[in-house]
Amino acid sequence: MTLDHRWHYLASVRSGLSLLIYPVQAAVDLVTAPLRSAGLAFSSRAALLDEIRGLRIHQELLDAQLQRMVTLEAENRRLRRLLHTSRETVEETRVAEIVAVDLDPFTRQIVINKGARDNVFPGQPLLDANGVMGQIVHVAPYSSTALLITDPSHAVPVQVNRNGLRAIAVGTGASNRLDLPFIPNNADIRIGDVLVTSGLGGRFPPGHPVATVTRIQNEPSRPYAWVEATPTAHLDGIREVLLVWTRPKHQKIRQVSPPTESTEEKWAP
Amino acid sequence: MGAVIRLYSHNWFIIVASFVAALAVTLFPLPAMLAPLRPDWVVLVLIYWIIALPHRVGVGTGWLAGLFQDAATGTLLGQQALGLTVVAWLVLLLHQRIRNYPIWQQAILILIFVALFRVLGAWVLGVSGRPTGFLYWMPAISSMLAWPFVFLMLRHIRRRYRVT
Repeated sequence: MTLDHRWHYLASVRSGLSLLIYPVQAAVDLVTAPLRSAGLAFSSRAALLDEIRGLRIHQELLDAQLQRMVTLEAENRRLRRLLHTSRETVEETRVAEIVAVDLDPFTRQIVINKGARDNVFPGQPLLDANGVMGQIVHVAPYSSTALLITDPSHAVPVQVNRNGLRAIAVGTGASNRLDLPFIPNNADIRIGDVLVTSGLGGRFPPGHPVATVTRIQNEPSRPYAWVEATPTAHLDGIREVLLVWTRPKHQKIRQVSPPTESTEEKWAP
Repeated sequence: MGAVIRLYSHNWFIIVASFVAALAVTLFPLPAMLAPLRPDWVVLVLIYWIIALPHRVGVGTGWLAGLFQDAATGTLLGQQALGLTVVAWLVLLLHQRIRNYPIWQQAILILIFVALFRVLGAWVLGVSGRPTGFLYWMPAISSMLAWPFVFLMLRHIRRRYRVT
């Protein structure tokens, strides 16, 4: 146990055991699949049409935002070049599915159906559509285990999106709460502030939303304020997650970045 | 040929299948409200096979089953293996006595064994810095309530398939 906990010597043993276990997990997932889709089968036509309409509107809103995103990205790149910074990174994402199994209820972990065969590596960040979910801790050939940001042993370096104030978001074990220790009493932080990853730990790519501040309590008798936040990602009850591969821009990457190179050249000083 | 018959005559794969089934039920997703009340199925199956067939299933089986459960549920490798090893040893020590108890009295012993299993787990969790709450102890009670069903079902299976 100490070998596993302190030095992670047993990674290959765990990987082998997980490989043997995976058929059982996949079988459980398969059995529960009809239960999950039962809701869809019994919902009425009107409700489904409503949902399609809602999704279509949402899609159009997103498309409109994406149009602006392309120009903003180009502008951002131009400004960065003016500042001579090279923090720019390229991200490649791939969708993985959560295997519907319950793990130990006292550790916040999930199993996903991508493993070493899909180039998943320990420490890899895991996102969903709304924010950061966690990171990969164990990799088996066909599956891997991820630690969620709400696990008590997990912490994410974050910054307040409004003013760049740095902090650390520590998991509490509750599924909807993160704690922010070490924030001074006089720091500029407000309820509703969005916390994004700062990228300082070198593990999570910068700029992804992590949580929203929900409670601040200043305690004059203590050196630090009591700050709580709620994760923006839907940590319970989501099926698809995104795996992220991040590399600095100058390195070769299989996926080609969006076609903004020509506009960029025009803008360059 | 004789060796092959000896290998298959006592139907040991039924024992393996019961452990796999217990693991699958352990992993089966439950609503968040019910998940902490899930009985420790693997502990129950292990205890049953030890009191029924102490010459086949013992401390080593317990350790192996615990290791698999650790890998499956994402706990520290060895956390549940330790608990299952100790429980297996105690049950092996007392199996003659437990066999003769009526089923409700066995259930009370199950409460104690599962509580012991949980104590050892809580110790490891404490050392590795994870908090355990009130709900952590609930499986001891639900395991006690589940014991009669597990016992009767496995006894039926053992007699039906002549696992010896």
